[in-house]
Amino acid sequence: MKANCWIKKKSVEVQDVPEPKILNARDAIIRVTTTAICGSDLHLYNGFVPTMERGDILGHEFMGEVVEVGPGVTNLQVGDRVVVPFPIACGSCLACQDGNFSLCENSNPNAWMASAMWGHSPCGIFGYSHMLGGFAGGQAEYARVPFADVGPLKIPSGLTDEQVIFLSDIFPTGYMGAEMCNIKQGDVIAVWGAGPVGQFAIASARMLGAERVIAIDRFPYRLRMATERAGATETINYEQDDVQEMLNALTGGRGPDACIDAVGLEAHGHGPMFAYDRAKQALMLQPDRPTALRQAIQACKNGGIVSIIGVYGGFIDKFPMGAVVNRSLTIRAGQCHVHRYLRPLLQRIETGQIDPSFVITHRLPLSEAARGFEMFMNKVDECEKVVLKAA
Amino acid sequence: MQTQGMSETSVEGGSSMDSAMDRIENGHGAGLAQRQNRAVRRARTLGWFSLALGATELLAPYVIAKISGARPRRQTLTALRLLGLREMASGVGILSNRRPDLWLYGRVAGDAMDLALLGKTLISPRSEQTRTLASIASVLGLTALDVASAIECTREQRGMAEPEGIHVLSAITVNRPREEVYRFWRDLENLPTFMAHLESVTTLPNGRSKWVARGPLGIWVEWEAEVVADQPNENIAWRSCEGADVPNQGSVRFLDAPGGRGTEVRVELRYDLMGGALGAGVAKLFGAEPGQEIAGDLRRFKQVIETGEVLHSDASVHRHRHPARTDESSARGRSRAGASRPRRRGSSNKGKQVAR
Repeated sequence: MKANCWIKKKSVEVQDVPEPKILNARDAIIRVTTTAICGSDLHLYNGFVPTMERGDILGHEFMGEVVEVGPGVTNLQVGDRVVVPFPIACGSCLACQDGNFSLCENSNPNAWMASAMWGHSPCGIFGYSHMLGGFAGGQAEYARVPFADVGPLKIPSGLTDEQVIFLSDIFPTGYMGAEMCNIKQGDVIAVWGAGPVGQFAIASARMLGAERVIAIDRFPYRLRMATERAGATETINYEQDDVQEMLNALTGGRGPDACIDAVGLEAHGHGPMFAYDRAKQALMLQPDRPTALRQAIQACKNGGIVSIIGVYGGFIDKFPMGAVVNRSLTIRAGQCHVHRYLRPLLQRIETGQIDPSFVITHRLPLSEAARGFEMFMNKVDECEKVVLKAA
Repeated sequence: MQTQGMSETSVEGGSSMDSAMDRIENGHGAGLAQRQNRAVRRARTLGWFSLALGATELLAPYVIAKISGARPRRQTLTALRLLGLREMASGVGILSNRRPDLWLYGRVAGDAMDLALLGKTLISPRSEQTRTLASIASVLGLTALDVASAIECTREQRGMAEPEGIHVLSAITVNRPREEVYRFWRDLENLPTFMAHLESVTTLPNGRSKWVARGPLGIWVEWEAEVVADQPNENIAWRSCEGADVPNQGSVRFLDAPGGRGTEVRVELRYDLMGGALGAGVAKLFGAEPGQEIAGDLRRFKQVIETGEVLHSDASVHRHRHPARTDESSARGRSRAGASRPRRRGSSNKGKQVAR
């Protein structure tokens, strides 16, 4: 079968690889119909995530048709159309039972690697390094889904792939980012990053009752999408204006009630601090570049919430801890517990409250995955989100 | 997030299992009391000497150059300052480290370097050969002292803590009632489903059990073991019988996790490396991190009880290149540290599934 493989930094390639097999009783094999390139795939692409090996199959946003199930899977049948959540979760450990599916205690066979880096291990993730399990990803014609009795969500026939594919990651991730803000009536929310996850964070914040949502990015086309499609009320282009000044001006000097970091470890910015971070990251002295996160913390209202859904992998410097402590900020973060949100968000799609396909700007065949990565990476042709058609 | 596991390893001599278990209870690591003795005192003297010589080389290289008969050129002085830094580092090392013998060997290497440099000075036409020869003689004397002291220290170290065994402690929380967790472990034949190096455990008619483990370089290790303590739902302890290749013992305790959050499983394993024929080899079985090995075993134990089987990922079954590669195309070279239990040749996955 064809699969998009990580070759080395800045290089992916669609190659012929053997088809996946059932390895555990609770596995299913999915024939992938639609898959997508995630912003976090770019962190792999740019070599910021350790323990990637040449030949690893990428992709953690995918959906398709069940073609084989293991003897332990009774809720799925061959032919079912499903969306697969990116965290792999067993459903029976304490974390899963508490609804913290991305903290599943049983789904990372390489837990020792992640424990060495982070103290304890989170769940395994499709196509996202050996540290997170070494599972083959879904940018392929077929994919093996472990714990298929827990994760995959059956999709009613009335909905298209493009309407539901983002239930696998970015829609729930954006939604959780907004949910962690404990939005109350009258709240003003600022969202750093108007990439696909940022768009869903903006849309979700509006759905959850935010009075105003301010989108922050440097690409006019993304800010346009944020206001026209996702529902942002104001935008800040940080290459033109000072973010902190603008936010103060827009919020009567209070600062946003909550700030969402939908950027992560490859943030851009300007000024000496950004130059410092970029240099340190290039010299491998600092794995993550926290420009957006620092801004979010500095800008947030006293007693407000900073919600982090952008991906960070390791350590950061010059973390403004003084602001957090002296201004009683709450920091909330996490890889999305996708399973929690699948059904409620499917319902919002079914009832027409949102059509997540609005973020799609490019549709390519799987065979052109490498071009998709390049376009998304370099924001070519106003690229916002690339979906790959595998079948 | 729940505690996923903790483990601790020590290589030590004869403390009893109970006291080790007390340590886990009290949360203390294994720390061996350091006895002051002659060898260590002598090493410390050398350490202070290193510090003094190093400081002189660093601050007054001219004096040292003069004494050793070298011409005090700028290059020579810089080199002497660097030697001073090295000297001070070994001094600090000897004085502060729990293993002064290693730093003493470092000093021996340093002596060799000094001798080489002095030799070079000696053949240089502008050196004062008498002084250089005198310096060489005194460095040779020091080298002899360093070697003697290092050997003595190593011996003392051995005497204080005989590294005759591997001792591993590890713990994990399983989201199941204590009875169920105990019952699964009590059937010793279940152990190979999650213990990576165990190939099989068979119950024998005489109540003992026969254990087969895969050793390094494909060596098979076998022994018989007997259960020496068994308090239902509380603890189990076992010990290898006479004649084992690698005498070993182990125990596991089951405790209610607070707040009804399942069962805490605390395991202790001890392998006697001196007593058996294959003792030293078994150390390699565990690699440098026996604690990590048992922590992996316990993670798999938890997986089997909570989810029914050990979860495989493509990378845990197939190594390198394409993770989705099939068994046939990449049967060998599984990651030793990876989570998958190596499967017996010719057996299928199903052989490792465990009924719940």
